[in-house]
Amino acid sequence: MNAEQICFIIFGLISLSGAIAVICFRNPIYSALALIVTFFSQAGLFILLGAPFVAAAQVIVYAGAIMVLFLFVIMLLNLGTLSTRTNIGGKMKGFAIFLGILFAIEGIYIAFKATGDSGVAREPVETKDIGKLLFSEYLLPFEVTSLILLAALIGIIALVKREKSNT
Amino acid sequence: MDSVLLLSTIVKIVVVAHLLIIGVMVMIWAERRVSGWMQDRLGPNRVGPQGLLQPIADGIKFLFKEELIPNHVDKPIYVLAPALLLVPAMITVAVVPFGNSIEIAGREIFLQIADINIGILYVLAITSLGVYGVVLGAWASNNKYSLLGGLRSSAQMISYELTLGLSIIGVLMLSSSLSLRDIAAEQGAYPWKWNFLIHFPAFLAFTTAMFAETNRLPFDLAEAEQELVAGYHTEYSSMKFAMFFMAEYMNMIVGSAVTVSLFLGGWHFFGLENLGGPVLSGLISFGIFFIKTAIFLFVFIWVRWTLPRFRYDGLMNLGWKFLLPVALSSVVVTGILWVITNGNRLAIGIGNVVAAFIVICIVGGLLVMNKPPEPAAPEISDLNALERNTTG
Amino acid sequence: MGLEYYLVLSTLLFTIGVIGVLVRRNAIIIFMCIELMLNAANLAFVAISRSLGEPNGQVFVFFVMTVAAAEVAIGLAIIVSVFKHRQTINVDEVNSLKG
Repeated sequence: MNAEQICFIIFGLISLSGAIAVICFRNPIYSALALIVTFFSQAGLFILLGAPFVAAAQVIVYAGAIMVLFLFVIMLLNLGTLSTRTNIGGKMKGFAIFLGILFAIEGIYIAFKATGDSGVAREPVETKDIGKLLFSEYLLPFEVTSLILLAALIGIIALVKREKSNT
Repeated sequence: MDSVLLLSTIVKIVVVAHLLIIGVMVMIWAERRVSGWMQDRLGPNRVGPQGLLQPIADGIKFLFKEELIPNHVDKPIYVLAPALLLVPAMITVAVVPFGNSIEIAGREIFLQIADINIGILYVLAITSLGVYGVVLGAWASNNKYSLLGGLRSSAQMISYELTLGLSIIGVLMLSSSLSLRDIAAEQGAYPWKWNFLIHFPAFLAFTTAMFAETNRLPFDLAEAEQELVAGYHTEYSSMKFAMFFMAEYMNMIVGSAVTVSLFLGGWHFFGLENLGGPVLSGLISFGIFFIKTAIFLFVFIWVRWTLPRFRYDGLMNLGWKFLLPVALSSVVVTGILWVITNGNRLAIGIGNVVAAFIVICIVGGLLVMNKPPEPAAPEISDLNALERNTTG
Repeated sequence: MGLEYYLVLSTLLFTIGVIGVLVRRNAIIIFMCIELMLNAANLAFVAISRSLGEPNGQVFVFFVMTVAAAEVAIGLAIIVSVFKHRQTINVDEVNSLKG
């Protein structure tokens, strides 16, 4: 077993256990923490795949901004101490997990069947190439994403804006 | 990986980690002495010569204090939080180039722990994690003042991170590299070619955002002694508090070092770094970098005793309505002028300043125009009536 | 490491996300599970991009992240305003169309 395989197993196990922890914890703060751990180990996997730019973006966007927002909202609404029935009932739960396992088996079957023996062997893509592609072939989608962000910004302001008190 | 490279890397890691911790101790001493000097008093001067051993005495005191964990805290997160703040502060330094190269036994050894090609993105990624220590520590303390501090801190960090990221894009455009070593090397030996002149508004925005990210005084709303007791670390004592304390100073040191490499020419100073032999020149370059960082750290202390704390809405206004547009204008202007003038640094420098001035004028004008009319001051008789109502 | 192992890991993560959405009723946790699913897709994108030696996959990851950021910001704003109106974020209790 070489170093890459050991790293893959470590990061993979951490991200899987983090993901399971997300859906098992009752307290949303703990779920958020587990999700952060998952995102981190995924950043590790990206580096393993020779994609340092994506790994850095993963940490900046997900761990640095999105999860902070989650924590902010959980703390703002004080959901950490909220005790309500947060799960569905027993029979439905069993069915949901059964469906999930079925889906996983299907996915694993496809993964092994479709890829054959084409290993991850080619040399990694350079960050420069991503930038060039982003500003040539994908220029229109790139501009559209900026419009999406703008729309989101306006939407949020419209959503949370306090109505002017008519005095 | 050959053994020489491995050995030199280990030596560098050990040296830098210790320099960082000693630097924190010196900073704690310097802050108290400089504060004393600025306020025309003495500051600590009893322990050791000039009070230099004061931080060590403080450290020993922290170590021997009782480790207190209040009953009402959320224990796992409460214990984890100080480490979550300290670790990002320490590992950011790994990509900072603290000097040119030293030649030992015919091999060139760069004075930098790891020259990774996404250097500055790594710095942004790791510094953005520091907020978890503050937020989680605040939440786990289960104390409303701490929680308020944590909420303020998370909103502040998210707001100023945008400025932090946007203001360096102009720098990255000109150096066309993300590696901190390349950025520092590209600026050359002379101060008028350094990035802080070419991107002057961006430099100011970056520095301000960095003050906010390190929770230093004009922006220390997360701890604000006068309103929130001590904010997020109210419930912490002994070594856990010391870890919060160390992390703050470590963030300052690393932030200054990053600013020096990005904007202030790194280890360059009028070609002084090229004097001497292969070993001596490396040491000189390290010395230059060290002095620049020290001067920047002095500015931190200076600002602390110059500017009063912002009010919370003022903080948000500054971040979103002034710093962010200025940083954005720097990106646009640098990009356009780089294409038009074929990378003429003088034109870009002037264009940046003009654009920032125009942006500030526009924003300021809009703010003045949209200002809601001040409510008329109540008459004295009204006030008396109000008082009667509330007391009776 | 073969591509299939990365795809298997991605599938497992995605499945955990799906189960989370089906089982949990807390809107915030459902939201986190959606993020988990998006991330699993990102992992598959990057792995396949490496396997083919083409940068296209990583460009798509970039787009996914942008959309995820916008989505989270809006979603959390909606959750906050729902909580203000109804004092709950249990998705089973938020079932009337009229606020």
